[in-house]
Amino acid sequence: MNGYAGKILHVDLTHGSTSADEIDEGFCRKYIGGNGFSIRLLYDHAPPNVDPFDPDNPLIFAIGPFAGTTAPTNGKYIVQTKSPLTGFQGEAVSSGFWGPALKHAGYDAIVIKGRSEKPIYLFVDDRNVSFRDARSIWGRDAIETLDLIKEEIGDDNVCSASIGPGGENLVRYANITNDRHRQAGRTGVGCVMGSKNLKAVTVRGTEGVKVADMEGTLEYCKELYELCQGPLTGAYRSLGTQVSIMIHQNQAALPTRNWQESTFDFAESISGEYIHPRWVVKTLACAGCPIGCDHVSLVKQGEEGDVLASVEFESLYALGSNCGIGRFPDVNRAVDLCDRMGVDSISAGATIAWAMECYEKGILTEKDTDGIDLRFGNSEAQLEAIEMIAYQKGKLGKLLAMGTKEASKKVGKGSEAWAMHNKGLEYPGYDLRGLKMSALGFNTSNRGGCHLRNSSYDFDLKGKVDRFTAKEEYGKLVMDRDDMWSVVDSLILCKFSRGVLDTYDKFVKLYNLITGFEMTAEEMREAGERIWNLEKAFNVREGWKEIDDYPAPRIMKEPIKGGIAKGHLVTEEEFRLMHKAYFKERGWSSEGIPTKDKLQSLGLDRIADEIGVEAD
Amino acid sequence: MSQRRTVISEPDKCTGCKICEMVCSAVKEGEFNPLLSRIRTVRLGTVVNTSLACRLCDDPTCVRACPGKALSQDEETGIIHVDEDKCMGCGWCIEACEFGAIAMPKDRKHVIICDLCDGDPKCVEMCPQEALSLKTAEEMGQTMRKKAVANLLKLTV
Repeated sequence: MNGYAGKILHVDLTHGSTSADEIDEGFCRKYIGGNGFSIRLLYDHAPPNVDPFDPDNPLIFAIGPFAGTTAPTNGKYIVQTKSPLTGFQGEAVSSGFWGPALKHAGYDAIVIKGRSEKPIYLFVDDRNVSFRDARSIWGRDAIETLDLIKEEIGDDNVCSASIGPGGENLVRYANITNDRHRQAGRTGVGCVMGSKNLKAVTVRGTEGVKVADMEGTLEYCKELYELCQGPLTGAYRSLGTQVSIMIHQNQAALPTRNWQESTFDFAESISGEYIHPRWVVKTLACAGCPIGCDHVSLVKQGEEGDVLASVEFESLYALGSNCGIGRFPDVNRAVDLCDRMGVDSISAGATIAWAMECYEKGILTEKDTDGIDLRFGNSEAQLEAIEMIAYQKGKLGKLLAMGTKEASKKVGKGSEAWAMHNKGLEYPGYDLRGLKMSALGFNTSNRGGCHLRNSSYDFDLKGKVDRFTAKEEYGKLVMDRDDMWSVVDSLILCKFSRGVLDTYDKFVKLYNLITGFEMTAEEMREAGERIWNLEKAFNVREGWKEIDDYPAPRIMKEPIKGGIAKGHLVTEEEFRLMHKAYFKERGWSSEGIPTKDKLQSLGLDRIADEIGVEAD
Repeated sequence: MSQRRTVISEPDKCTGCKICEMVCSAVKEGEFNPLLSRIRTVRLGTVVNTSLACRLCDDPTCVRACPGKALSQDEETGIIHVDEDKCMGCGWCIEACEFGAIAMPKDRKHVIICDLCDGDPKCVEMCPQEALSLKTAEEMGQTMRKKAVANLLKLTV
């Protein structure tokens, strides 16, 4: 097949065995790749209501038809599993060079089940798959693990995706790292990997990728590259995602001190504008990316040595403003520590911020924090907390390793009121109280509080909708973006190319040149809708209820205190209005369950029988 | 070499995206495979990124090193030709090349070297960062001098 490798690798860690399945054009057209492949595989291979730590919970890596070609931003892969953080479908997308390596090795996806008795890493060496002893690297940080494996094999062409101590110690929001600074960050995919005693998945691919129309592909890619060097991606190239700090600050949308405020007194000192001339030393790109958004910062820390990190906006929010920390060198160090420990910086920062508020309110005392003075703004305390979390050390480490949702349940005493998550996934840095379309889009996300299922904030922050008014029409706007982003995560394209690759017509043009299929824009849109419905079906099977979509209590009860959005919040009534409109647009029941008719119309007949309801 | 144009990579502009490798293998081999590319990227310690291709040396060490006389240099263009029938795949030229510009793909018995695509290399055309260019030594010197002056002014402003 052109574009696709045409094979899925199945790995059983318990028995140390592997096998491969072929995939055909029908499967490819229906699920596209990446997210679509992996959610279909998750639905089929995860036993209903499986415990996320059960060896039977599959950990799935998948790439799309664009990986390993010249398609712009093709360096992506996705990891899918049942999330130990949310109990629902958990997915995390990473970038770099691992995805193309898997294509060159001859696979579109890897489904990993079981649990190894001893720590191992999986080595996919073209079609030869082996299990290698990882006892000597178990315990090593996520970044050095990548180098250690490269040294052990002795070839720069190997690329690993590895966990750090966070994943080994079952931190619920542990991530998976590749190419030093890139992570499959969210929903605790690294935790599931750790539960399988799997330190890394290492790939070496030497086979070529064939496409249907090489000349056409190169010609169209050249056109797209030129656009990617124009104004449509300008912000990513100049300051990267760090540009968002001042945008959010000015819009009173920068969650600060665990969302107690929405502007930060020290925002400027953690802004891209301030950071770039002082600390950014290099701009990097992932495989096949004509944009280049990774602005790497180097902070000289004197005796402690230099700290080189890749600091995105979300980390500046989570570990910076949200913890009341306004010195960039402190945030840079915290990001580096999270990356080395292999824990998601958003969830780690948000969980620590929740604990800081508990501490300042006297709900957690020094007895609970193992003596750490966990005030907002104390960066040393934050660093200690990150390390304790990664090793599940002390009372504090064990508590915060559970994530905000479970930790607040355990502590109680009203602390759920400031637990800032949806379905257990901690929110990224967008104060939803004054971004009402986003309040719908982030909370209906199947993986929990997330900005990347539909990027609804584009509409609120760019003034395409009235950000302060909840409207039924947001239902359709969110749905259309969910479906489109499901395709983007399946092809897989980077969302930072969305200024350039912004229509189904453009997706199918590139897709058809690469695969030779004659897909229409409508067929691809429908694939996106199918993928989203399948994610939802998985969640319904695992117990999703309408109430799970509701925003965190603070968003519905405590208005924004200052700035342009002062006084705004999303009332329960406002959320319900948008939520019901969304269900209606989706053709789901009034309680948000996919109907049999809808699922059947998408060619998901068996799933319609399993979870579909009659239309009401 | 001085009067000849070669593919030059400027590390300050190179983001390490590897598009040049993909484009080269596509043009030369009809498929995407970095291991079949005549230009190869290097990333050292994260921040150092660049690409390397044949420099068209005068009296090239690769030609001198070849025990089978499989390599020869075109007098006019300076391009190194590989006689695939004579090349036995021993790899001495790879060791001899001081620029790491020669590769031997898996399953092949002969090496591959950049031939500048008849003077219009596709990698230069497609490099999104304009990090690659086709320049003589003098032209490269001009580029570097401009950069040096720009940097100096940035320091003193």
